[in-house]
Amino acid sequence: MQPIQLQWIDYTILIAYVVFVLGIGWALSRYMKTSADFLTSARSIPTWVTGLAFISANLGALELVGMAASGAKYGISTAHFYWVGAIPAMIFLAVFMMPFYYGSKARSVPEYLKMRFDERVRALNSVAFAVMTIFASGISMNALAKLLHSLLGWDYNVALWVCSGVVLLYVLKGGLTSAIYTEVLQFFMIVLGFAPVVYLGLKDVGGWDKMTTALHGVSKGNGFAENAWSSAWQPLLGGPSANPMGVDLFAMVFGLGFVLSFGYWCTNFLVVQRAMAAKNMTAARNTPLVAAVPKMFFPFLVIVPGMIAIALTSMPDKGYRVPPPIVSQENYSKAVAVVKAANAADSAAAVTAVADALGKKVDAAKVGALVAANAGGKLSDDQIQTGLYNAIAEYDYDGVILSLVKKYCPAGLLGLALTALLASFMSGMAGNVTAFNTVFTYDLYQAYFAKGKSDSHYFWMGKVITVVGIVLSIGAAYFASMYNNAMDIIQLVFGFVNAPLFATFLLGMFWKRATGTGAFLGLFGGIASSALFHALTTTGSNLDAAGHVINGMKGGYLSVVSKFPSEMAQNFWLAAFAFIACFALTLVISLATRSTKSDEELKGLVYSLTPKTVDHNLPAWQQPAFLGILMLIVCVILNLLFW
Amino acid sequence: MGLDIRWPIGLMFSLIGLLLAGYGVLNRAASLSTAGGSEININLIWGAVLLVFGALMLLGAINGKKNPPAK
Repeated sequence: MQPIQLQWIDYTILIAYVVFVLGIGWALSRYMKTSADFLTSARSIPTWVTGLAFISANLGALELVGMAASGAKYGISTAHFYWVGAIPAMIFLAVFMMPFYYGSKARSVPEYLKMRFDERVRALNSVAFAVMTIFASGISMNALAKLLHSLLGWDYNVALWVCSGVVLLYVLKGGLTSAIYTEVLQFFMIVLGFAPVVYLGLKDVGGWDKMTTALHGVSKGNGFAENAWSSAWQPLLGGPSANPMGVDLFAMVFGLGFVLSFGYWCTNFLVVQRAMAAKNMTAARNTPLVAAVPKMFFPFLVIVPGMIAIALTSMPDKGYRVPPPIVSQENYSKAVAVVKAANAADSAAAVTAVADALGKKVDAAKVGALVAANAGGKLSDDQIQTGLYNAIAEYDYDGVILSLVKKYCPAGLLGLALTALLASFMSGMAGNVTAFNTVFTYDLYQAYFAKGKSDSHYFWMGKVITVVGIVLSIGAAYFASMYNNAMDIIQLVFGFVNAPLFATFLLGMFWKRATGTGAFLGLFGGIASSALFHALTTTGSNLDAAGHVINGMKGGYLSVVSKFPSEMAQNFWLAAFAFIACFALTLVISLATRSTKSDEELKGLVYSLTPKTVDHNLPAWQQPAFLGILMLIVCVILNLLFW
Repeated sequence: MGLDIRWPIGLMFSLIGLLLAGYGVLNRAASLSTAGGSEININLIWGAVLLVFGALMLLGAINGKKNPPAK
């Protein structure tokens, strides 16, 4: 595939965006006077700004790319990651948990854990979180640099360093406020940059109804009921074999909807930090609720493109295919030579030779037709290469969103869409780096290495750590580009670390008897149980004919006690198991150990010992409980509409 | 913090909107999208949308300057 040639208009839009983002950093730099200004925004930001930043920090590019990919693979059920896997947890955070985070005056989530439990729990959480943010940001920057390389032909190193450099400059200048402000700008950029692609795509397939009809055909073609791609709940009710995700209702609702989603939205400092930067308690509590509004409708922006793409593949006159995995020009050239030399009479041999040259599975009929069409050398090399591209029978679903951008956007709009993509990468990186520098400076450096220094020292350190964070992210990006497998292991390990976390918070916030020892050992036990669960289970597709595990990374490397229909089901069940293990352990160990905190010390940290926040003096539209119920109703309506 | 974020958002989208719409007018042939059969000048249309959005943000910022929120 040839790189896209950008026009001057595209570059102008891209540069305008970068100039504005840097300008925001510069404009804010004169307000950065203390470490609190830099690392926590000194709790000064209005609700709508923190709300949109809350959602934008989470809307990394991997989400944009990944959700479109899932939309293509699984259809509208992917929206469960929003309607089940986000909205209820965001409402819970707003109504029940924010009062403790904000009211305790903790500067970070690990600091809250220290106040509620003890240093051990804080140390465990802050180290895991710091390492995780660096790798998350590195993985995402690696993906961006690769994308810019394959799409625009930019040099990988230049793309990586320049994009990271821009993020460094504006975060260094304006700290968390700068990250939050640019995240709002990036939010609008992402929405307004991708909306026309969705509009043009829907127009091209002939509207929503035509798309649904086409998806019915796709579902049947894959051996499912006709609504498998176009209904959110009905395919789930039929059990794992009736939906392309291979997930059952319990795993979806308890595993994703409760454990994973509450674990992420309610305890991850990356998002919680945005709400903690709000100007007062009401603003902090309303932050996740403001964020819930766009979050609810994001599926139409990020999942529908995947569904459009799959519908297009079933319409031969549209000439669209899900892009194949990237094949080097060298391999294409080899395969072109094979096609030229092939004998049309022996197409079976030609198919094998072409597959070997490309290093991919191919569609035998399409290769056969290509060889026949070229008989006597009728086709040009470019035509043969296009034929080969279309004949590859493997799919790179992550390429779906960009293939649509390429298909529909003329120069100008293309620049806008690419800028939106860049914005999503940058907001993801800035989010991780600002969470990293706060946790590192306050929870590790100030707590263990340099206690009792002046504020200007921590301010200086915060800036140094910002640079270190970016450099480490770049290192992680190179690491990711070299060892794909190592990255999978890291993500797997973080899955183990995160799965049980919500149990610790739930017991800590709502049960005053939970002790530091209980929390610490319970968390460790939860992590160990998730690792054990993974070692003892796998997916059906990861077993060969003799029942041996093919890839230990996908579980079952100790023994196979149980097997799941899909990796997603395995993940959801793992999370559910880890949560229950952590919950039970924390409960039992807490009862067996003595609490080291008095009721007085736990005031503001535990539900039963904290005076209830009074909202009655606020107008209804500002009351978190009222807004939360409203959001829940809208979310239920959306679920019913796509039932 | 002393910066109203609506200023940069408004300015940036107004600028990009103008650029895109201007490009759509001057380079009609290069701005057409034929999705779904009919031809539309998507750069012009979407540039106008961005311009309206940017202008609304600027209006909000001007309004916010005139009536600063109570501290």
